[in-house]
Amino acid sequence: MNHPGHYMVRPGPEAFLPPAAAAMGNALPDPGQAHINGRIVPEEEAFQEAARMFLGGTVPTIFPGPLVLWAWNEKAKKKATAIKFLYDTLKECAPAGAQPMLIPMPDYRPKYPKINPEVEINPNHPNLTIWHNKIDVCMFVGVHCHQANLSLKIIRGGTNCYTIAMCAQAGHEDACLSFRDASVEKIMHLAEWVKKLKGTVPFGALKKHVAALETQDRAGGVRS
Amino acid sequence: MSKEKIQICEEFFDIMPPEYQALVTNATWGKEGRGWKDVGVNKELIEQHSLCAGCPESMAFRYILASLPNPEDTVMVGSTGCTSLVFPHVGIHNIHSLFGNQNAVASGLKRALTLRFPGKVKDVVVLAGDGATVDIGLDYTLQSWFRQEKFTTICFDNELYANTGGQESGLMQKGFVAKMAPMGKQFDKVRLPEIARESGCVYVVNCTVSKPSLIEKVVKNAVLIAREIGPTYLQLYTPCILEIGKNSMEGLQEMRDAEKPGERFAYKEYISDQAKAFLTDLAEKEKAKKASAKEALAQA
Repeated sequence: MNHPGHYMVRPGPEAFLPPAAAAMGNALPDPGQAHINGRIVPEEEAFQEAARMFLGGTVPTIFPGPLVLWAWNEKAKKKATAIKFLYDTLKECAPAGAQPMLIPMPDYRPKYPKINPEVEINPNHPNLTIWHNKIDVCMFVGVHCHQANLSLKIIRGGTNCYTIAMCAQAGHEDACLSFRDASVEKIMHLAEWVKKLKGTVPFGALKKHVAALETQDRAGGVRS
Repeated sequence: MSKEKIQICEEFFDIMPPEYQALVTNATWGKEGRGWKDVGVNKELIEQHSLCAGCPESMAFRYILASLPNPEDTVMVGSTGCTSLVFPHVGIHNIHSLFGNQNAVASGLKRALTLRFPGKVKDVVVLAGDGATVDIGLDYTLQSWFRQEKFTTICFDNELYANTGGQESGLMQKGFVAKMAPMGKQFDKVRLPEIARESGCVYVVNCTVSKPSLIEKVVKNAVLIAREIGPTYLQLYTPCILEIGKNSMEGLQEMRDAEKPGERFAYKEYISDQAKAFLTDLAEKEKAKKASAKEALAQA
């Protein structure tokens, strides 16, 4: 399962222009798999890891995109219900002190001169919302892949936020953790894992985890 | 896309920014008789813009968007220029084409929409500056008119290349000295309204945007005629206050001065007999509809 030469995708700030993980040789997971920091893993392992990250964060945030915010069809409406359920579960299970948030990405127009980072996120400058709300772990869901790729790279470049992609297509190399073939069932399954791990992850554990990642070399080994 | 599609999932309604909530609750989409008076009340138009303070183009933009008869099924095609700074803010489908080829893009788009949605009315409206319409894109503009493509072309005529610093354009008036045209324009302003008429446009208007009700009327006419008969063209004076050395408050007066009798933007209209008959028919239908509504009200 491990790709010994994979490029470790971890929270930034990495650089003004971080390299695309795909360009560094990272591959997308096959059906039934996911990736954690660029390492291909069985999907179940990623569910557990994503739940741990959510519970270990101080401001775990879900960013629903246009594909699920707008009622395009029945499938979109069902996904919206599942995402809301995941958010409610997160609120219920997060350790005391954590502040789970649900912030929409209603569309992709570059909204300058300004956006209100308290109430929305824009893919062209997602760092503003992350900085403003001090978000340390987030999940993209229902965002078109090309915009998600852009946004995930900007977040990795300029913030220290741990990114999770719940992608309905083939996944995202540029997220710290990515699922593929997202469905209502998968979102609900993640909620189940959050419930299952309730009380086992101490408040702020994500920070330690990220610090541990920092000690490892990008190529997956331990720094000398 | 139609307005029925523009609904927020119930679970997320409360977390959406207010402008999106307003979009689905009190938008003018689908409302008959929408017009410039909706400006400032309805958020799908433009809530804020990124143009200079007092820019007449921002007024023109608002009036046009408010006057489109079928905004939920309209696609606007723009070109590089000040207009392209506004398009990201508008709640209407739009395409930013390469500089000058907006009428070619609109031609293909209109044909594709007609094939893809045979039973539906889909309007295409080109909105570009004078450089894109008359200089660099003149070939595409004229060819679309020759081919009788059924869409409206709107030219924001500010008589120079404004956002690149004030270069001379074909629509600049003779003798005008701009920052990047220090010798002054050597030849006359291109008479595009006349060229449009000769090229096959069935409805042509040349005016300023100082009167919102007039803009509402000509935009509605142009879109409805283009839908049924053939190409239409509006040339609207939207002076660049920066490039002509005016202050923010002086844009409106500049337009009023330019539309006086004998001036270059005195109201000028050309309408073909067929288009005239179409508008008359439309007005009669509207009148009959109002009369029957009044009658029904009296009976009730």
